[in-house]
This record gives sequence, C-alpha cells and structure tokens, in this order.
Amino acid sequence: MTDLASRLAARRGTIVRNQAFWGVVAIVLLLAINVVSDPSYLSIGYNDETGRLSGNLIDILRAAAPILMIAVGMCLVVATGGIDLSVGSIMVVAGAVSMELLHGMDGTAGDAALTLAIALGIATALGAVNGILVSVVGLQPFISTLVMMLAGRGIAKVITGGQNTTADNDSFAWLANGYVLGLPVVFLLAIAIVVLVALLVRRSALGLMLEAIGMDSRASRLAGVNRRGLQLTVYSVSGLLAGIAGVFATASVMTVDVSRTGYLLELDAILAVVIGGTSLAGGKFSIGGAVIGGLLIATLDKTVVFLGIPASATPAFKAVVIVVLSLLQSERVRSLFRHRRALRAQSQKEAVAA
Amino acid sequence: MTGAPPIVEMKDISISFPGVKALDAVDFRLFPGEVHTLMGENGAGKSTIIKALTGVYKIDEGEILVAGEQRRFGGTADAQAAGIATVYQEVNLCANLSIGENVMLGHEVRGPLGINWKATHRAAAEVLSMLGLEHLDLRRPLGTLSLAVQQLVAISRAMVTKPKVLILDEPTSSLDATEVAHLFTIMRRLRDQGVAILFVTHFLDQVYLISDRVTVLRNGALVGEYPIRELDRTTLISKMIGKDFATLRSLGSERQSHHYEPRGEPLLRAEDLGRKGSSEPTDVELHRGEVLGLAGLLGSGRTELARLLYGADRPDSGTIWLRGKKTDIHSPTAALNQHIAFSSENRRDEGIIRDLTVRENLVLAVQAKRGWFRPLSRKEQDTLVRKYLTELNVRPADPERPMKYLSGGNQQKVLLGRWLATEPDLLILDEPTRGIDVGAKAEIQAAVAALAAKGVAVVFISSELEEVVRLSDRIIVMKDHRKLAELENGPHVTAETIVAVIADEGDDEEGEPE
Repeated sequence: MTDLASRLAARRGTIVRNQAFWGVVAIVLLLAINVVSDPSYLSIGYNDETGRLSGNLIDILRAAAPILMIAVGMCLVVATGGIDLSVGSIMVVAGAVSMELLHGMDGTAGDAALTLAIALGIATALGAVNGILVSVVGLQPFISTLVMMLAGRGIAKVITGGQNTTADNDSFAWLANGYVLGLPVVFLLAIAIVVLVALLVRRSALGLMLEAIGMDSRASRLAGVNRRGLQLTVYSVSGLLAGIAGVFATASVMTVDVSRTGYLLELDAILAVVIGGTSLAGGKFSIGGAVIGGLLIATLDKTVVFLGIPASATPAFKAVVIVVLSLLQSERVRSLFRHRRALRAQSQKEAVAA
Repeated sequence: MTGAPPIVEMKDISISFPGVKALDAVDFRLFPGEVHTLMGENGAGKSTIIKALTGVYKIDEGEILVAGEQRRFGGTADAQAAGIATVYQEVNLCANLSIGENVMLGHEVRGPLGINWKATHRAAAEVLSMLGLEHLDLRRPLGTLSLAVQQLVAISRAMVTKPKVLILDEPTSSLDATEVAHLFTIMRRLRDQGVAILFVTHFLDQVYLISDRVTVLRNGALVGEYPIRELDRTTLISKMIGKDFATLRSLGSERQSHHYEPRGEPLLRAEDLGRKGSSEPTDVELHRGEVLGLAGLLGSGRTELARLLYGADRPDSGTIWLRGKKTDIHSPTAALNQHIAFSSENRRDEGIIRDLTVRENLVLAVQAKRGWFRPLSRKEQDTLVRKYLTELNVRPADPERPMKYLSGGNQQKVLLGRWLATEPDLLILDEPTRGIDVGAKAEIQAAVAALAAKGVAVVFISSELEEVVRLSDRIIVMKDHRKLAELENGPHVTAETIVAVIADEGDDEEGEPE
C-alpha cells in the first residue's frame, strides 16, 4: 500500500470512529429513500410573494427545532453523569402557561413578550427544582426528574383546567410560523441558541468542568470544582431550553394539548444525545453530535409520515433504524467486522498461494 | 529452585502504543516454585509485561510459551484458561457480597437446582484454609474486612482455579508490617506447592525478603535477570534508575541539617479540630516553610485529620485560625480560595481524572478556583503545563495524552503540579509516594523540600516512616484517631523512635483497630 493510501485509510478510520458520522450517514440514507419514492422530494420551492422557501427539507428543519432545544439541554445534563426525564413535561407546562396567559390578553406584541418571559421563567424554575433535588438533596437524577416528569403534566392540566387551551396572538405565532430570509424563524432561533450554548460551553471552562464532574465527581470535588452549582445550572438550563421548545411546539398551532404536547420527547432527546456520541455514563460530550442526532430524529419522523408507514408500525420502524445505528457505532461490532474482513483477506491470500 | 523447565517463557516481546514503545524485545522467564520479582521504575514496562501475560494487551512481536506450548492470548479468559491468575494492586472484589461469594464468584458449584450454596461454601472454606485464613466467617460481607484481609481474600479467589502461575501486582502497597508478613507466609506456602509467583513491588526490603530471582526493566527494555543473592541493594537500585542514587541520600542530610525553628504567628492553628467517628479533637499548628509529618499506622487517623484541614470532610468540632483570622473551611473550594491544597491518598478515585488529558488534569484546580466563566487562555494553560511538566520531570511530557496512559509515578507528579499551580501556602500531601518508584519518589521528596524552602507549609503523610523522618521538621504521631505525641525532628529521631512511641502507648492494645 502506498503512503498516501495508508494515510487516507487512517483518516477514514478516525471519521468512521466519530460517532456522529453514522448519524449523518443515516440522515443521507433516509433522504435517499425518500427521493427514491418521490424524485422531487428534495426540491425546494420559493414563493416570490412571501419570500418563503418551502419543501420537505424546510419542514424537517422546522420539526427539528424543538428536538434540538431539548437535546442540547439533555447533552449538558448527561455530561455531568445525570439524565433529565422531565423535559417533555416541562415543555407542556411552558405551553400551557403561555396559552392560558394569552387566552386572556389582547394579542399585542407586548403581551407575547410578557407571556414568553413568564413561561420561560416557570420552565427554568422547574429545571432548578430538578437541580436542587439532584445536587443539594442528593437524589438520583433518574428519580428526581422522573418525579418532575409525572408532576409536570399534572401541573399543566391544573393550569388549563384539563382543557386544551387555544389562544390568538400573531406575534407569538410568528415565533413558530414566521419566516426570516426565507427560513422558518423557529429553526433560526434554535440554531442561534445552539450556537450560543456551544460557544458558552467551549469558550469558557464550563465544558471542562462538566466533563470532570461526569467522569469523576469525587476527584473534581477535591479539585475545587463546584459540583452543586454546576449541576443546578445544567438542570436549570435544561429546563429553560425545554421551555423554549414547549413554546415552539404550542405556538405553531396556538393550542396546548395537555396530553400530547412534548409527550415522550425526552426519549427523543436522549436518543439524539446518544446518537451524537455522548455516553450516558457522563464525561465527554458533543453538542454538535446532539444537533446531528436531533436532525436525524426529525428526518426519521418526517420519513415515516412521508412513506405512509401506518401509525401503528411507526415506533417499530423508528426502533429498527436506531438499533442499526447504535450497532454501527459500537466499537465491538465494528471490530467484529474488521476481524471478518481480515479473515477473508487472509483466506484469499492463502487461496492464491495454493 | 529445581532444574525444571520454565512454566512461562516470553521471548522478544514488543508492544507499542501510539507514540511509545512500551516494551522493546523483552525476554522473561518464570519457573515453577519460585517467587520472581519484577523491578523497575514507573513506566519501565512492568505493568505492560503483566498485561501481556494476562491477555489484556496483544503483543506486537514475540511469543509467549506456557508450559512449553506457544500461546496467543486473545483476552484475559485465555490467560486464565492457561493457568495464569492475577491479583491487582487495587482490590477488585464486591464489597457488599459475602467473603464466600467473593471467593467463588463465577466458580459456584452447581447442582440440578442451580447453585449448591453448601458445596460452594465448602469449596471456599477449602481455598481459604489453604491460605491460612480458616478463621474468616464466610458469610460476613467483604466490606467489613480491613483492606489487608480483603487483599488476602482476593488472592484466595485467584487460587480457586488452582493456577500454575500467580501474578501479584503490588499487593503490599497498602499493608502494614504484620500484614505483609502474613502475606509472605502465604506466598511461601504457595511457592512450596509449586506455584510460580510473579511479584511486583516498590519496597526493596520486601524484594530481598521474599524473592528468589528478579528481572529488572528500564524504559521498556530488559536490563537483566538475576538471582537475588547475587545482587546487592545499591547495584539493584542503580540498575533500575540507570544512575546512582546519591540524590536521595543528600536530600536526607540536607533536610535534617536544615531544621526549621518556627517563629512568630503560625500560618494555621487548629484547636479541638475533630469529627465524630473519624477524628478525635486535635490541636495542630503549622508555620510557613515547615514540613509537618503525620506518622502512624494505616487507619490511625492521619488521612481523616488531613481531610478536616482541607474541608474535604466537614469538622463538627473545633476552630481554625488561618493567618491569625478565624476561618471556616467547609469545602474544598473554600480551602483552595484560602490557598490550601490537598492531594488525596486515593490517587485513582480522588486524584486523577482518567479520561481527561494531562493538560486538563493539571489546570483543573486553578480553573475551578477562578470559576468557569473566567477561562484560562490556551497560552496561559500551556505556560503552566510546560512549567510543571519540566519542573517535575513528567514523562512523557505530552500534555495531550489522556491521564490514564501515564504510569503511577507520573500521574502523581501531574497531580502535584495541579496543586502547585494553585500557588498554595499550605500543601497537604497524603501518601504522595505510595506505589511509585525510587526515582519518582526522590523527585517528589525533592519537590517537597524545595517548597518548604520557598516558605510553603507542607503536611506530609506517609506510611514509610523513614520518609517522614527524612523530610519533616516536626512529626505528629497518631494512633486510633488521635494525636499521640508531637516530636521535634532532629538527629536523635529515627523511624524506630516513632515505632517506640506507638508501641509504648500500645501496651494495653487488644489488636489492630482495623
């Protein structure tokens, strides 16, 4: 083998070992499947009058926005060795609060801003409660956030009186349905927030501290890392981001569905984080990976609908895709493949020699 | 030793990791019925050779013969099947299972109705009695035993499969003298039964007590294989470090002549500092530029006292005055802000962060002290890292290498660098030289002496009394979680003096506290 070829092979090795790589492959494959079933799937239309882009890809980006939000929050929590099961329920609380407030208002932009602030404030507070349970009280993250997951949906039902409240406010709806530069506002906002969080984490020492806690919380405590403060922070941030996701999810239809908004989305967020290559055991994390994971899940959801897979088979289809992806990411499975390839190469050589 | 053929023969073994050749064409032989010690500094390749023999690492070149048969180990199970059992430095047992369950884990005797517990316990009892541990209650949870006895249980567990080769990787690093003696009795008994024992230790005395032969490694290469009778200590040490060890000696005399007279106000004064169940109320005084040694047996309360001074555990009695001011040290963060640093004895769980790089490990405490929103720039980090990697002679001096790939001695040096980088006025070192080689030990001791000369107050804890005596200006002798005596160090004080203090007080002693 020439020098160049071996260098390329080594390079390929690092790319293939990068876990997010397989997420990208999966997205491309899913899109390819869609193209096969409808060659015009990827085409993007442009409406001269409204200045909007439209098409399946744009729909996917719009659908990805809430998942990106909660996946990024989840990624930070998972880095510390925790987990946040309550994000779906915090979404519905934020949605319920905003719809209930807007319902009684006049529909001005000021009302929208005030509502947004209150809804996000409450979401952050719920996240902080998780944080306190985990860091100060010392409960296990799984239990603390499970409690919040169950309580959250209850709180939402109390807020709306069990109704699916609907409201009218154009400014608020614009958050989810508006367009800037031809792209949906909700996606642009999501990307802006993701970039902001990523910069904050990587440009400050926050990322290092979170990883240190996730890898070895006793050693980091003795090194002076403020575990409590940081845990409180990440759970609060996760709550805040879930609140934003909840606003996105309800603003698009201006209705909060107390039993369906954000339902089981925490699982999507966890999947997105794992697909992105962050271990649930904590430690090294990748926000970029979580973004890819979030995009993959949105693509998957849209594909399921597009291919007309019956609703009852949807979870199974999703599960198959994710299991295959996890297998590809597993070091063990890959080494098995390598081993078989090596064996085959060897037997070929032997055949030639004979 | 008989003229029997070797049970293990490793020929021309080479193993490389990215960027390093960990073993370079090393030969190694082990005969049945001998205790063979592997010697070398940290990073010399001792662990690598053991891991090659136990199937943890794959060998790049060379061959391994067990009982004359060539073997390729694909994993630890292959090595076990070939009759090679290993007991690692840190006890790898389940603290909440019973002794019997731990011994037989994975080898339970099975009957038609699943595990036959009666037969299993009988088998466990048999193995334990083979090692002279028949007095242990099989049903007691392992966690209630002292570390030393746990170590012996770990050896029993390894003996369940009746291996022909037993590898003991630093089994004595956390044992005291009587416990070591007990372990050696057991090792001799096994040796006489024809088991080949591969022993790794950093304690020279133990090498001479127990070994039949030694193999010396340096920097991944074989220096030689010698019968222990033909090798005196000085030769052995110089073979290990590749130069004479005058540094160590000169350091001792330098420190003792240095002898510091504390003047003026103490840097730290603690009164009645204590915590229920772990440390009786104790008074401590510390001056700038002084090394205070804490001596005592394992479990005497040295570590507990140190942890109270750092806020790693919260004291429930007593007061601390720092620089003349009453100060509440309730957490490590608070201590760091007061320029106190503490290096834990538990390097693996409370020191290094394995998956972070050397650079990240080194800057962690400084960064934590500054807060995450004021990050050290890459340039500042590089300056710090370069400074301490050079000053403390860390090898390899590669800041981007994950910490887990460094040898124990080098990890310890990086940790020392972590604490020095916070510019402490008071540095507490709990067993900083445990489990590391002579060369690294000398370097760490020299660093401590240099720090004291610069005006830092150092609390130095070690199980090696000679080391405490060599370095300290003052020594607090501890026993049963309280201060027994405080000695001014000087030419009249030796390790025996301290032993005498502990022993005198212990006339009414009814056995080891642990």
